[in-house]
Amino acid sequence: MNLLGVKRLTKSFGGLTAVNNVSFDVEPESIVGLIGPNGAGKTTVFNLITNIYRPDQGEIVFNGSSIVGKATHKIVAAGIARTFQTIRLFQNLSVLENVLAGRHCRLHSGVTGSMLRFPWQKREEAAALQHSIEALEMVGLGHCLDAPAKSLSYGNQRLLEVARALATEPKLLILDEPAGGMNEQETLDLIELIRKVRRRGIAILLIEHDMNLVMRVCEAIVVLEYGSKIAEGPPEAIKKDPRVIEAYLGSEEDY
Amino acid sequence: MTTGKRIAFCIAALLVMAAPPLFLNAYWVDVLNSVGLYAILGLSLNLIVGSAGLFNLGHAAFYAIGAYTAAILNTTFHIPILWLLPLCAVTAGLFALVVARPIIHLRGDYLCIVTIGVGEIVRIALINNVFGLTGGANGIFGISRPTLFGHAIRKPDEFYWLIWSFAAITIFLFHRLENSRFGRALNYIRDDEVAAEGCGVNTAHYKLAAFIVGAAWAGMAGDIYAAKMTIIAPESFSFWESVLMFTLIILGGSGSIPGVLLGAFLIIGLPEVFREFANARMLIFGAAMVVMMIFRTQGILPARPRRYATPPDPSCKAEAEA
Repeated sequence: MNLLGVKRLTKSFGGLTAVNNVSFDVEPESIVGLIGPNGAGKTTVFNLITNIYRPDQGEIVFNGSSIVGKATHKIVAAGIARTFQTIRLFQNLSVLENVLAGRHCRLHSGVTGSMLRFPWQKREEAAALQHSIEALEMVGLGHCLDAPAKSLSYGNQRLLEVARALATEPKLLILDEPAGGMNEQETLDLIELIRKVRRRGIAILLIEHDMNLVMRVCEAIVVLEYGSKIAEGPPEAIKKDPRVIEAYLGSEEDY
Repeated sequence: MTTGKRIAFCIAALLVMAAPPLFLNAYWVDVLNSVGLYAILGLSLNLIVGSAGLFNLGHAAFYAIGAYTAAILNTTFHIPILWLLPLCAVTAGLFALVVARPIIHLRGDYLCIVTIGVGEIVRIALINNVFGLTGGANGIFGISRPTLFGHAIRKPDEFYWLIWSFAAITIFLFHRLENSRFGRALNYIRDDEVAAEGCGVNTAHYKLAAFIVGAAWAGMAGDIYAAKMTIIAPESFSFWESVLMFTLIILGGSGSIPGVLLGAFLIIGLPEVFREFANARMLIFGAAMVVMMIFRTQGILPARPRRYATPPDPSCKAEAEA
């Protein structure tokens, strides 16, 4: 069974159809790339999956149940975590607290529990700290726990977003341009990290402009252009697909 | 700070808090009573404004609901006023739930404007003797003095103990609240609401919870105020009160408990100290606020980062060993 099934998804903003009748699947423990030229509607697809926008039409099935119209925090709790294209960390809070934000949906203490600090609440808090530190170590940010998020380099801020998403214990991790602003070495490390995450049984859906990364790491690629899916398949087939080449490089008639 | 040091610090702070009535006259003790009340109100509003970043300029409404709940039930049914504390919290909290639920999605200045409206509606409703309960512009008088363990509280000294004990409990509980999952969730919302929701924080729920807890605490402060004054009137819950509470938070340090306490001393206490300057004191005060906002926008005592019981640089050690 598919982990994530997107069926005939459509979303318009006024007269512009940002996503038009797009369908694709993500298998459990697979790495799927979503590519396309700028403005093709990739990030909109992500925002539809996490219900930051509500689709006009179509169905999104995660783990056997529809998630259309579910509140974003419930979708996270169901097991879809994401990072943002423009980094959205809690800049003034520490690295550790940023990751604790991801842990939030797995914890239970409320107002009275926080005020009275029952023993179970202390245990929960200690476990959350431990889990967050593990997530940070996984992405390679296990040092600098107390540094404010804004003090990190651009590449490390992206990694921190990944750690924050991992802390939610997702089944599916959605990465929106994870290599944006990274240098070559950092990108190589990121490829390693993505594979490491998958080995933990987490499926990954990613948007990326770095074709080197996409072709090396993805098992399946979905190509969007002007909101519509124009191709889908393994990297080798996508590389040779004439419609994809046309979308990226323009057809011969354009010259 | 180690646990031992922290306990020592708390005991020292309690002793300092307990000392003033021993050497101050009734007038100054009464000033400190006002400071204490505003400290409680400031802390309750700080949860909404400082921790969650929701602009609320109508906090006096919740204060009024608490005070009137206490006054009405005490004068009609003669229920001891301190017994009414939880009930005042409930009515103010419920009122917050009802008014905040439809407006909680509003952002920044829009929310601010609506809360000003709520504050004014409550004040005007009280003046208009709503449901024939509030006594109109004259308010309600004849509220009985509080009794604690059979001892009637009358003198400023006695009120000092009552108010500052309640303030100490508030500080203790709110400090814990701030250093918890709840407090963090409010900070995530303040920093970036979309990211908070995207991380799995139920933002609407937490914003509402901040409003309700803050309002409930203001309601309890209202109960104590009614007990202290024995007479309450709508003019005590004007827009100016909301402004004072808001200002003392911004001045002292938004989101910081020591900051709010300092703010309460400066905003409520200092004008009394400089009473001989008469009207010029407000001018000096205004100028000081302007200077503050230019040179120290985060407040005098800004919130300090939370501390966690983490091993010192765990991976650094691991790297060194490897």
